[in-house]
Order: sequence, then C-alpha cells, then structure tokens
Amino acid sequence: MRLVLERRSEHSQAMAVLSPVIAIGLTLLAGAIIFAMLGLDPLYALYIYFIDPLTSLWSLEQLVVKATPLILIGVGLAICFTANVWNIGAEGQLTMGAIFASAIPILLPAWQSPLALGSMIALGCLGGMIWAFIPAILKTRFGASEILTSLMLVYVAQLFLDWLVRGPWRDPMGFNFPQSATFQGWHLMPTFGGTVHLGSILAVVIVLVLAVMVGRTLTGFEVKVLGNAPRAGRFAGFSRSRMVILCFLLSGALAGLAGMAEVASTVGQLQPTISPGYGFTAIIVAFLGRLNPVGVLLAGFLLAISYLGGEGAQVTLGISDKIARVFQGILLFFVLACDTLILYRVRFETARAPRLAPGE
Amino acid sequence: MAAGETKPQMTRLSAAPEFLLEAHNIVKVFGTLAANDDVSLMVRPGEIHALLGENGAGKSTLVKIIYGALQPNSGELRWLDKRVRIDNPAAARRLGIGMVFQHFSLFEALTVAENIALGLPGAFNMARLSKRIVEVSAEYGLPLKPDELVLDLSVGQRQRIEIVRCLLQEPRLLIMDEPTAVLTPQEADQLFLTLDRLAREGCAILYISHRLEEVKRLCHTATILRLGKVVATVDPANETAASLARLMVGSDVHAVRAGVAQVGGAALLDVTELSLPADGPFGVALRNISFSVRAGEVLAIAGVAGNGQSELFEALSGERPTARRDAIHIAGEPCGRLGVTRRRRLGAAFVPEERLGHGAAPALTLSENILLTRHSTDPGLVRGGFLDRRASGAINNRVAKTFDVRKGKRDPEARALSGGNLQKFVVGRELDRNPKLLVINQPTWGVDAGATAVIRQALINLARSGSAVVAISQDLDEIFEIADRIAVISRGELSTPKSAGDTNREEIGLLMAGAHETASRPAPAAREVHRAAGA
Amino acid sequence: MSGLEAVILTIITAATPLLLAALGELVSERSGVLNLGVEGMMVMGAVCGFGAAFVTGSPLLGALAAIGAGMGLALLFAVLTLTLVANQVATGLALTLLGLGLSGLIGEAFVGQPGVKLGRVSIPGLTDIPFIGRILFGQDPLVYVSLALTGAVAYVLFRTRLGLTIRAVGDNHQSAHSLGYQVIATRYACVLFGGACAGLAGGYLSLAYTPQWIENMTAGRGWIAIALVVFATWLPLRVALGAYLFGAVTIFGFYVQAMGIGIPSQFLSSLPYLVTIAALVVISGSRMLTRVNTPACLGQSFVPER
Repeated sequence: MRLVLERRSEHSQAMAVLSPVIAIGLTLLAGAIIFAMLGLDPLYALYIYFIDPLTSLWSLEQLVVKATPLILIGVGLAICFTANVWNIGAEGQLTMGAIFASAIPILLPAWQSPLALGSMIALGCLGGMIWAFIPAILKTRFGASEILTSLMLVYVAQLFLDWLVRGPWRDPMGFNFPQSATFQGWHLMPTFGGTVHLGSILAVVIVLVLAVMVGRTLTGFEVKVLGNAPRAGRFAGFSRSRMVILCFLLSGALAGLAGMAEVASTVGQLQPTISPGYGFTAIIVAFLGRLNPVGVLLAGFLLAISYLGGEGAQVTLGISDKIARVFQGILLFFVLACDTLILYRVRFETARAPRLAPGE
Repeated sequence: MAAGETKPQMTRLSAAPEFLLEAHNIVKVFGTLAANDDVSLMVRPGEIHALLGENGAGKSTLVKIIYGALQPNSGELRWLDKRVRIDNPAAARRLGIGMVFQHFSLFEALTVAENIALGLPGAFNMARLSKRIVEVSAEYGLPLKPDELVLDLSVGQRQRIEIVRCLLQEPRLLIMDEPTAVLTPQEADQLFLTLDRLAREGCAILYISHRLEEVKRLCHTATILRLGKVVATVDPANETAASLARLMVGSDVHAVRAGVAQVGGAALLDVTELSLPADGPFGVALRNISFSVRAGEVLAIAGVAGNGQSELFEALSGERPTARRDAIHIAGEPCGRLGVTRRRRLGAAFVPEERLGHGAAPALTLSENILLTRHSTDPGLVRGGFLDRRASGAINNRVAKTFDVRKGKRDPEARALSGGNLQKFVVGRELDRNPKLLVINQPTWGVDAGATAVIRQALINLARSGSAVVAISQDLDEIFEIADRIAVISRGELSTPKSAGDTNREEIGLLMAGAHETASRPAPAAREVHRAAGA
Repeated sequence: MSGLEAVILTIITAATPLLLAALGELVSERSGVLNLGVEGMMVMGAVCGFGAAFVTGSPLLGALAAIGAGMGLALLFAVLTLTLVANQVATGLALTLLGLGLSGLIGEAFVGQPGVKLGRVSIPGLTDIPFIGRILFGQDPLVYVSLALTGAVAYVLFRTRLGLTIRAVGDNHQSAHSLGYQVIATRYACVLFGGACAGLAGGYLSLAYTPQWIENMTAGRGWIAIALVVFATWLPLRVALGAYLFGAVTIFGFYVQAMGIGIPSQFLSSLPYLVTIAALVVISGSRMLTRVNTPACLGQSFVPER
C-alpha cells in the first residue's frame, strides 16, 4: 500500500476552505480519543472545552480579550509567512513592546493624560519594531537565518524583562515581589463594559486595514509574488530585501502592540511572565487562518476558545489546563497535513507501479 | 587530431556479427506527435556513428529508447544480432551500453571519486577506486584527480567524470549527447582523441550533435533525422558541411515574411562592448557583445542553448546590472545600471525563456500576472497604491481575445494553462503595451504550431508598427520567418549581424556550430570565473 | 577537587546535550531535511526519560524511553514532510509546539519529584588519578556515548557507502533519484536518527544534568543545537568543538555569577543566546566557509517525477 501524490493543475478552491475545517474536525476527534483515554466522557469533555466558553457573557468577553493578542500577532505573521519570511521571534517582540510601553507608567507615573496612553501605544509598537529589525538586518546583510536569530532574541528579551522587574523597575512598595508598580488611570487601556478593552478594537481595525492592504494594494501583491515565485518577483522589479525588512517591522510592531495591550490591561503591571506564549500560538493562528487576515480573525477566536476551554476543563473536569497547548499543537499538525490536499490529490496505490526509468 | 592523421580504421573481427546495435522501424508517439517515425539505425563495433538533426528531430527520443529510458511503441532492437528488450538503464548498462548525458547527474559538494562511486553498482573500496580512476582517466587522455570537488571543476572536467564513470564499466557502445556543446575548442580536441582511442579498441560510439565540422572530422557514418524520420545515412567524408546542413534543415522555404522592414531613425537598443562575467560554474561569460537595433526591424540572435542567451537576456532586462552604465542604451538612455522597472518605463518589454516561474508566477491568476510587469508602466492599473482589478481584468480579456489564449475559465491560475497558451498570454501581455523595444528569449519553444504562428506574426507586426524587436532563438525556421537581420551567439560572443536576405540557413547553421569564434582561447576554470563574479 | 577540575567537569556536562542533539540534526540536514523540531523532541525526551526512570527506578530505561519519545515525534515529522510534502519549516515549528505542550502535560505528575540520577562511571585505578582521572574516566556514560557518536557519525558519513548516499541525497535529490537511490527512505532513516539523538539529549538533561523535571527545562538548547550545526558547517568534529565552546560560554556565565561581580545574572544567562547570534552572523556572512558543506537540497521537498 503506497500513498501517492498527484499534483493538481490549480489550487483547489474548495480545499482551501475545507482544509482548516477538516483539520479542526480531526483535532476534535483526537481530543475525544485523548479524553476517553483519560477516563472522561468524550462528548461531555468536548462540550466543556469548546462549547461552554461560548455560553456566558463573561466568558465571551474573556474570549475577546484572549483573542486580541493572538489576532494582532497572527495577522502580522500571516503576512510574513506569505512572503516566505519566517519571524519566529514574535514572543520576544511582544516582550520588548511591553517593556518599552511600560517605561511611561514606571518612569513617569504622574503623567496622566490620553496622550500618555497614545505614547504607550506608540512605544509598544516601537519596541517590537526595534527587536524585529535585528533579525531582519542580519538576514539581509549577512544571510543569517532569521528563524534562529529571531528565536534567540526571544530568550534575550525574556531575560531582560526578568532583570528589569527584579531590579531597576521593581515596585519599591511591592513587598519585594518581582513586579513593577501597578499602572493607574491613563496608563491602562480603557475598557468597554467589563473586560473588553481598546486593544480589541484596535485589533479589528488593524485586521480590516491589512485585509485591504493584502487584497487590494500593490504592496500586498508584492508580498504574494515574492513569497510564491521569487524569480518572477525579481522580474517584476520587486526587492526581496526590502520585503524582509518590511515584514519584520510590521509584525514586530503588531507584536509589540499586543505586548503593550497585555501589560496595560489584563496584567496591569510588568511581571516576569506576561504572556502564556501568545507569540508562538499566533503562528498556529496564522496557519489556521490560511495566512489571510480575515481567516486569522476567526482562527484567533478558535484558539482563544482552546485557552478558555483549558481553564474551564481544569475547574470542571479536573484535568490540567496544559492540555490546551497539546490541542493547539495537534491542530497545527492537522492543518499542515490537510494543506497537502490543496495542491495534491492523494491516492492509495496497492500494486507497485512499474518504476519508470529516469529521463521519462 | 593533428593534420595529416587519418581517421582510425574500424576494427572488424571476422567471426563477430557485423552490427553491434540495430534499431529497426522504431516508432515512438507522444500524444499526436510522432517523435520517432519508422526510424532504423545500425551501428558497427568500433564505429563512430553520428546522429544529426535539429532540435525536435527525434534524436533524444531515439537515444532514450536505446538506453532503456523509454519504450518504443513498435519496432525492434537487436544487440549482436539477437533481439533484445531494454527495459531500463540498468539493463542497458548490463548489455554494455553507456551514456553520457548532456545534463550531468553530478553532486557538486562531493569529490570526483565519490561521484563515480555513486554511479557504480555494488560494493566499493575508495582507495582502489581512486587508483583505477587515475589510471583509466590518464590512459584515455582525460586526467582526473579523485579528490577534487566537482564544485571546483570546469564544465569540461565535469564531463570527464561522466565519461570515466562509463569507461570504468567497460562499455561496448558509448552514447554521447551533444558532448561539445559546452566545451572549449581545446577540450573538444582532447575529447576527440579519447573517442578515437575508444573506437580503435572496438567500442562503438553513437555521437549526437549538430556540429557539422566535428562530425565530418570524427565520424565514420552519419544518420540524419528530420521531424522524426530518417532522411539519409551517409559517410561524412563524402559530404560537405553545407550538404549535411541542407539534409538537416531541408531546403524548403517557409512562409514569406510579411512586408519589408521600414527601418529608420535612431537605434532603440544600443549595446556597446557588453561584457559580463559568468554567474556560477554553469554560467557563460559574455564577451564584448555589440549590436544595435533600430525602429521597425527584427534582429534575431541565433544560437544553440547554453551559449550565453540567458545571460544576455538578464543583462538587457536589468535583472543583472552591468559594470558600465553606457554598455546598454534603450531609446537613447544609458541604462546599464538601471533596474528592470526603470527600463520598462523607458518603453522596453521583456519575455524570458522560462514562462512559468520567471515570466509568470505559477500560483497567481492571469489578471494578477498582468500586474507583474505592468504595475509601474500602466497608469490605470495602480492608483495611489491601490490595484484596479477591473482594469487588469479588462487587459486580461483583451489579451486573451487578441492572442487567442485558450483557457478553461476567464481567470485561471497561470500554471493551469498549456505551454502554448501561457506563452501567448505572456507575449500578449507585453505586446498589448505597444512597447518601443521588445526583447524575447525563445519565442515559441515548446509551443504548438497554432500558437507559434500567432506569436511570430505578432512579433512581425510589432516591428512593422515602428518598434524594435530582439528575438533570441535556436529555431532556424523561426529566425528566417521573422528576422530582418541575424546574428549568432556562440560561447558568449556575438557574430556581426547580417541582413537576412544576404545569408541562408547553411551559413547560419555553420555559425551556430562555432565557425566564427576567436580561436584557441583557454577556458577559465569554473572556480576563477566564480571568483571574478564576486563570490 | 580543584576549581579548574570542577569547571571542566561542568563544561562537559553542559556540552553533552548540545552535542547529542546537534549530531542528530546534522545527519538529518545532511540528507536534506531541515527539522526545526529539535527543541520539541528534546523536551519530550527529557520528560519521558525522567518519567520512565522515576517509575521503574532505572536510568537506563529512562534513556531508552527518551530515545523512543524523540523518535516518535520524529516519525510524525517525517510522515508530514516526506510523505505528505508539507512545508518543513512550518512542520518543524509545529513539532516544537506540540512537544512543549505535550511534555508540560505529561510532566505535571513529575514536577518536584526526586530524580533518578545517571550514575557516573568508575573504573578502579583510573578514575582515582588526580585531576584527569575524573575528567577522562569518571563521566556518566552518555558523555562517552556522545563522543563515540561524534566519531561514528564522522566515520559513517565520510567513509561508508551509506554516508555517501546520505550526502548525495542531500546535495541533489533529483540526481540521486535518477541514479536509482531511494531518496525518501534515506531521509526517513536520517530524520528518525535525528529524533533519537534529540530525545537522548533531552533525557540527559533530566537524568544527569539536573536530575529532575522542570517545565521547558530545555530552555532553547534545541534551537542552539540547530544553530550549532550551521556554525560547524555540517561537520561532526566541528560540531563537537562548537558544543564544548557553547558549554564553556554557559558555564562561564555561572562562574562569573558565583564570583559575585556586579553583572546581573540575567545578562550572563543570555550569553549563550547572544553568542549563538554572533556565531551565525559570522558563519553565514562568509560564503567561503559554508559553500561546500551546506546541503544544497536542505529544506526542499522531493516529489519523484512520475
């Protein structure tokens, strides 16, 4: 029995839409199996995990809050990956954005005005951009793998944050806990109703803007061409190095913004850990959303459900909330496997086809 | 061979069969195309037998059948007077047939000895193999150092690896596919000495080529194919290069060119002493190329693939900048260092050889591919950074109508189109702009007859309407159909352009075979060339 | 025990997991497959190795479980990238994320539990030689395994037919295919070997280096191992050199901290990562050094032409 791949003449449009759906279905199936192995009723567990978070207003708000950083980072990464630029260091850019933005409430706690908030947003983006610029320039000048350099910088950023909150930026009135002073007033994202904050609005706006950019502008076209057919891109007069830097700056800014939004809302201060790995989960969001801004919006919600479901499952079912990460990993695997169907038809061959000689 | 030496006599063993290999009435059909149409060929032991023909004549197909890479639809193969079936290359090798391909199967990061070891079956002992390589290669005049990396070798030296790999298996028939296409004159001479030696030892050689002087010099017999059929089997000694050429290309004249060139005015393309170092070990360096093309005329640059055409195209299009900005003038502007977009804004248009991946992005739709080359030259396509998809869609429809692009739906992905239709699209996309200058590389390579006619007529019309056209091609039919003037590129050098009326196919064929090159020029080792390119 | 002796001993233990993981990745990349999932395979090896040793009391079984875990994940990777020709970069990332998540889940039961430490070798007479005795003859077995593996990989890659095939497949998979070599099967074998090594490297961390389980205890070592392969220009002996250099950089950080100089510990901890970046820049910027050894087909999918 052999698995044989046959190239399709065109992207299958049907499969482009179906593939993430199939992947989700397979993940649910795998989830049911895992729950059964843990001795739980699979259907009940799946309900608690994926449906329950949607049933109350409070959890819907939580969903929006959790989805916000995933969407912000994910949409930036989606553009990067479309251009075949691999920014794996979004988590580090998120961290640096949070640090830069926190400079204002920590160093200038008395400056309370909308302008302060605006500056925090700007600084958040700037921090992320600077941190993303490093791997970009190392790639274009020296050819160093952007995957490895951006990733190394994640660890560096996290260590830098650790030093700041234990050292110079530690709250003098915080009982020696490793955290900064809590942010007050205009140094926190304004909320609408309960917990949904400005960051979520920004996320939706940015998704719409980028959707237009990707689908309707020359720059979006450049991204597609350079990622798809680099030689044709050169023939069209587009520059690959310019694209690498642009993609990194954009995704860095968005990751930095997400970092700022996290510390200026949910957490409300700077701590040694400010993100449960959003920068990495956003990679899954980008792929699940088929590298399309609107798709990323939907995928962000789906993955936010998996975070919430994990917490809910811990409370109701008594299983570890770490199972959320396992689900996310399995989901990405299935997404990548199902993506094969878009470009290839899969057949199982029983008889050994006569091996054609080279040069056929 | 030194002057005065005669060709080796063929060894004839009395009790052995007269023929080593016989192919009788071979037919091989691909779709509706008969690549081999009732082809018969006989090769004696120790005979150097040439297989002549233009591209598409059926030489490669026949040879692949003999080597077991293809199976004929009908016909018979006999080896030493016994009927045989050659199912695959391993079976061919067991019979004693070795083949040196035009495109090598080599591993650049490995040594000579390792490359040869990979091509030999069974267990091996590196030390012993290296010794044998040194012995055999020296013996046949193709010295190789077993520990050298293929990366560092010139093309001629790489070919030696392929040959020695065959020789180590003691072949009785050696097939060589266009062996001198990428060799310098000196390397070719060395190769001929080796082949003579092999023939004297009783090994037959099937020598595929289009280089007529070589065939005359080296071969005992020549079988000439044209459009899938055997046209003649001759003794080259009794023929002139001219008569061989006539047999190869036929003397029938195709459709008369439309109109007479109204050439006038300043040159729209002016190339002055363009030189460019080779880009990598397989590249060809351009040497002092000079020519100019004026409004209203079509200049064809003839040449066998691999003689610098891609390099010339990339220099003209701006994908590779030249050292001097005044090496190339487009519409009077010096643009040697300008990029492709600036050159397009000057009114130039380009169609590269590789349509999928270079001329068009395979995964993008046709209307998106319109944007590929016209995003900065068409005012309506991009407004304030925003794409006007209706405008590009309209251009797509117009191109499809004017150039009869057949596709399944209105706006499919580029890779869904057949070769001919995609080429019509790519050419149409550029012609639709009414460019002042068009540079096109292999206009109708791999394109069906119908699309071919459309494209060639379109090129002529473009020139007649007052533009300049440069067509790089290896198809003599095409060249004589569309060209007003013809130059030949060979090993990176360009011959002086001649008016089409003042020359004929035989003369151009001879030039393509290298008659005009500057003599006795040592080939730069691949590594030096690499260094010069700034690696 | 003198201070220098202690330093050398700790450098060796710091270098060993890097060496093991990098050797595995080197073989995989030599065959043309870029497996970015080393971190995931390593951390799974760490948790499964720890768990198996904890449950059975045998560090040997722990090591075997670690190898098995690494190979299991590698198999998943191979099926996706070699049979389903999925994008190698994305799949490697998926492998890392899955590995980190799954290990966190499995490891919950083992947090805070005492470890089963891999005992050190003790050869009567030799081990007691002052100074060099413990360094040369008193290491835990995996150190010797890592050094032997370095030699074995170098030998197989450059002096056997199997190694030649691997290098050919990584250099030009189309040519290898036309010459009749099984490209996909060769790559499967190399990827599985890489997984085994990464798993074992992780097992070393939880069985010998710090015999306990902490979530994400690999702390990026898997990524450093990948960078190490680039830095060593895909040569096994240079990988060993690089691993020990990185081990030294890590230990240097600890010792400077212990000396009480006022440099923040976080900066010293970030040294390995910064040095990795610097090493990558130096190597990638020099085409001369990478030219020959970078497998030309690295990361490219192979679908045989039918």
